[in-house]
Parts: sequence; structure tokens; C-alpha cells
Amino acid sequence: MSRIAETFKRLRADGETGLVTFVTAGDPDMERSATVLRTLDRAGADVVEVGIPFSDPLADGPVIQRASERALAAGATLASSLDLVARVRPEIAAPVVLFSYANPVLAMGLEQFVSRASVAGVDGVLMLDLPIEEADALRDAAVPAGIDPIFLLSPTTTEVRLRRAAALGRGFLYGISRLGVTGKRDSVAEGARALAGRMRAVTDLPIALGFGISHPDHVAEVGRWADAAVVGSGLVDTIAGASEGGDLETVVDGYVRWLKGESSRGQ
Amino acid sequence: MDNTAEFTLPVFGRRDPDARGYFGPYGGRFVPETLVEPVEQLERAYYEARRDTAFAARLAELLKRYVGRPTPVWEAARLAAEAGGARLFLKREDLAHTGAHKINNALGQALLAVRMGKTRVVAETGAGQHGVATATACALLGLRCEVYMGTEDMRRQALNVFRMNLLGASVTGVDGGSRTLKDAINEAMRDWVTNVEDTYYLLGSVLGPHPYPLMVREFQSVIGREAREQFVALAGRLPDAVVACVGGGSNALGIFDGFVEDEAVRLIGVEAGGEAIVAGRHAARFAAGTAGVLQGTRSYVLQDVDGNIEGTHSISAGLDYAAVGPEHAWLRELGRAEYTHVSDAEALDAFKRLGRLEGILPALESAHAVAFACRLAPELGPGRTILINLSGRGDKDVETIRSGATG
Ligand SMILES: Cc1ncc(COP(=O)(O)O)c(C=O)c1O
Repeated sequence: MSRIAETFKRLRADGETGLVTFVTAGDPDMERSATVLRTLDRAGADVVEVGIPFSDPLADGPVIQRASERALAAGATLASSLDLVARVRPEIAAPVVLFSYANPVLAMGLEQFVSRASVAGVDGVLMLDLPIEEADALRDAAVPAGIDPIFLLSPTTTEVRLRRAAALGRGFLYGISRLGVTGKRDSVAEGARALAGRMRAVTDLPIALGFGISHPDHVAEVGRWADAAVVGSGLVDTIAGASEGGDLETVVDGYVRWLKGESSRGQ
Repeated sequence: MDNTAEFTLPVFGRRDPDARGYFGPYGGRFVPETLVEPVEQLERAYYEARRDTAFAARLAELLKRYVGRPTPVWEAARLAAEAGGARLFLKREDLAHTGAHKINNALGQALLAVRMGKTRVVAETGAGQHGVATATACALLGLRCEVYMGTEDMRRQALNVFRMNLLGASVTGVDGGSRTLKDAINEAMRDWVTNVEDTYYLLGSVLGPHPYPLMVREFQSVIGREAREQFVALAGRLPDAVVACVGGGSNALGIFDGFVEDEAVRLIGVEAGGEAIVAGRHAARFAAGTAGVLQGTRSYVLQDVDGNIEGTHSISAGLDYAAVGPEHAWLRELGRAEYTHVSDAEALDAFKRLGRLEGILPALESAHAVAFACRLAPELGPGRTILINLSGRGDKDVETIRSGATG
């Protein structure tokens, strides 16, 4: 069983809502990024998503756009992001999922990418602008290498395509809980519950819901309909604040424990 | 002035890409999941509309009575005399309402937006011509309009920002990345993905996910259809070469479309050579680019080895973009079209030359095509003919040139 499958099996057995955390590789630099990944794992993140910085992140809101810019300015690339994963992999228990735009991966070449990701110990890959219809080649390369192809689904996704994603996806399915780009929001989107229900009707795969989730109340709410909640911009924002002086480890650790409802401090 | 072309109904459905929107290995649909269904809806709506003779007739009516089509073909005899060699002809898209070919596409898509029941339109713009055309079409059809524009482009095309405001559109500056067309497209797509229920994304060139490259080419193909008929009437034969500038590539595909089946006619696209073919200082995708995926489509892209998009530069905002329309990549691979580039300095020189010799100030974009045609004319020699797509007029660029700022 893949590390992702095991993680969700454990969460279901324990009746716990999983926490999937997203950070941008190399933000603000590779050294501190390594610290962040280790801290996330230690603080109890169930899945660690590593965003590959890209020059034109058109599905991202300002917070993750800025993170991408900081990482690129510090010299991060897909190759060095894979090196980062390889370096921290032995020290962290959580599955690692890469989150990328298509072009850096295509520029490296699919086969090269999959083989390097596999060596680095990557457990899953999720491509923002590679819908199911364009993902055959990636899937064909990733699955034999033991990497789960993870598909995104949205409130606009039709029934037919939900079923296709359920048939082709591995590890878990990622539900985009609202129309729009990534970013922090005050509340969980109205459509989130309906989407989770539609996904649940077509799949037994674990379901993670993301986009706009940044508060323990959101995580708890999402947990009523899904296996896990994804927190991205809220965490990236916290890292940006901390890297301007504060103690990165303490701040990230505190934020994760706050999201998990283990402490009252946070923001 | 021979201007005999009768206005004919648009012809749709020739040379479609495959069912997934590919022209050979180029094109496709690389969009975030939320946009997959809206893009498919758009495709269905477009295929339906183009089969509907009432839609085509309404568009034809607007192009004739509102845009002023057909635009004439003019023989630029004094320009040709100075260049020496082949005869030169200009397809005068600069005379279309709002001053560029962009209006052909903007009206077509705005009609489609209304047909789809959308009430709000977003668009990106580089030079501002597509923004002005979109603002115009939205004013005419009663649609709300928001245009995204890089702040660098707002600076160099300030007049067009003011025009858009006068036309009732709101213009939002984009400060990310290079602050040019590419960044405006990113932001327009972010808006679309957020407001997809009531919003139509009116993309301005043969770029983006399928069906945009096809749809925009078909709305622009009126240029080539008219030009072929006008040229034959005027010169008694087909041109030896058709030359157009290539930003995303819509004016070029528009005119090429009229001649693509005439194998003897050379089709030549002219990209922005900028200051030099050195990363960050030009926008000649076919000179220095490689295949990649940007903003929804697979085509030639200026990128670094890690797949990040490189900065671009051109004296003309409308050519200052890191990718080229996928059908151009395919026509080039088929050997049906050729691509070359012209520097900022040559374009500027051609701008001035056309004013001095023909009394026409071209858009700096179009000046790239004029510059190359002047280079080609002596090579082809007397007795040969070149048709240039004069895609727009140069009023928007006068201030840039006066202040000596070359972009
Ligand atoms: C006058 C003119 N010509 C050409 C272009 C380039 O676009 P395309 O290559 O799509 O024709 C522009 C774009 O703004 C323009 O304004």
C-alpha cells in the first residue's frame, strides 16, 4: 500500500480529519524550506504538499504568487525542489505530494521527472493545469514508478469527469472547494459540502478539500464531509511573516497545532 | 482606389483542429480544473453559433455597417519605389473602426457572450488595441467590461487606457511579473476562474486553450478573404508573398487564412526582434523558443531550461509576449509558413518611412511587417508582389516615438 493510502487508512480508523499542508519549495530559500518541511511533519501534518515555484502561477492568488517569486528569486527550480525532497525525506514520516504547473515538468521531460521524483521519495503528484484529458502520459509514467497521480475536481466539474477522475486518480482526490484562485478566506465556501458529496458518490478514494481554508474551524467543518482539509495560503503567509525575523520553527509548529485544535494560539 | 470586395458571410469550419484542440502537436487545453467545463461550454456554444446563419449574418452586418468593412487594399507605390523591387500592397486594417484588426474578433466574441447569456466580459490587453476593441464591442452590446493591463504597458500606451475609460470599461493595472501582456492574461484568467458563472473571457489573439485559437482565427479570417479578392482584382494575380507581424498571431492567421490553400503564395510571419536575440531582449519565439505550455496551450515559448517563462522585450507592446499561437507552430512545422524577425530599430525606421512616403502612420506592431517587406522587396525583384497586413494605425505610438522612449 502506498504511503498516502496508509495515511488515509489510519485517519479513517482513528476517525480523525487529516491536515494537508501546502508550502512553496524554496520559500524563502532552500535551507529554511527544509526546516519548514521537517517542522510540518513533526507538528503533525498528515500530508505535506510541496509547491514547485513557477514564473506564471495563474491558478494562484497573491499569497502563493509572492511565495513563488521569493523562491525563484532565491534560485529555486524544479530540480532543486526535488533535491530538497530527497534531502528531507528520510527525516519525515508524512507522504510528500508535489504540486506543480505543467511547464516545469514538461521542460524537464516526463520520464526524467518521474524517475527523479521517485528517487527523491515523492509519493504523489498533482498538476494544476494538466486536466485529466491531458494527463495520460504523466499517469502512465507515474503509476509504475509508485507515484500516485492526484486529480483536482471543482464545483464546475461535470458528473462524467468526476467519474473519470475517480477511475484514474490514486492516493486521494483533491476537491477545489470554491471557484477562484488560492487564497485565505473568512469561511468555507458554500459549495464545498455539495462537491464533497458528489465526489463521495462516485469514489471510495479519500477526499481532501482545499482553497480558502486557513482556520481550525474550517478544518473541523470540512472534516464533516471529507477525509482531510488542505491549508496553503494561510501557512505560506505565516511563513512569510516568520521569515522576516521570528523563529520559523516555533511559528510553523504553533500554526499547525492551532489548525489541529491542539492549541489556542495562532495567527 | 479599387475596393470591389463585396461583403460576404464569414466561412467557418475550415481547418479545424482535432477534437482535443490540437493542430498537430500544438494547442490543447491546459487549464485549471475549474475552467475545463467553462471552456467546453464555450466550445459547444461556438460550434453552435458558427452553424447558425443568423449569427453569421448579424456579425456580417456589424462588420459592414459598424466596423466599415471591407477595409481597402492600397498599393504603396512610393514605399515600393524606395525599397526597390517587388510591388507592395497594404491591407488597411488600420482603417477598421477603433484602428486595428482586433475589432473583428472582439465583436464576434462579444456576440457569442451575449448568446451565452453572459453579462460581464473580462479581457487582457497589451498595446491596448484589443482592450479598446473589447470595450467598444461591450459598449455597443451592453456588456460590463473589465480590462487587465500590465502597468508597464499602461505607461507606454496611456492614450489607450484613457480611450477604454471613455468607452465605459474599467482598466485594472497588473503589477506582477514583467507587467506586460503575459501578466495581464494571468490576471484575466484568475478573474475568469473566480467569476466564471456570469463572466465571459474575451481573449484577444490566437492563444489560450481550445477553442480560442480556432475561434479567434475564424473571426479574423475575414481579413484574408477580403484581401485575396481585392488583391486579385487589383493586380490580376495572387501575391508572391503575404507578410504580417506576429504577436499572438491573430492578424497574421487572419490574412494567411485567405491564401493558405494557394501553395505558391509564401506566408511570412514577422516576430519582434527587439534589441537583440538575447534572452529578455526580444520576443522572437521561433528564433529562440522551444515547445512548452503557457496559459492554456502548447506552442513555442521563450523559457529557460527549468521551464520558467523568460522576460521579453519589444518596442511594440502588442508583440511583447513569450508564446506564439499554436497554429503558427504547426504551419511552420508543415513548412507552409515561414517566420522571421525585425529589430526595434528597423520597425521604428519603417514606421517613419511609411508616414513620409505614404501618409500612413502604422502601429509599431504593423511596422515590423512593413520593415520586413521592404527587406524582401529587392530580394524578390521587379514583377513580384508582396501583400502586407497593416494590422493597425499608429496614433497610440506617436507619444512613445516623440518622447524617444522606445519601450
Ligand atoms: C495593431 C496590432 N497589430 C498586431 C498586434 C499583435 O497581435 P496579433 O499577433 O494577435 O495580431 C497587436 C496587438 O495588440 C496590435 O495592436
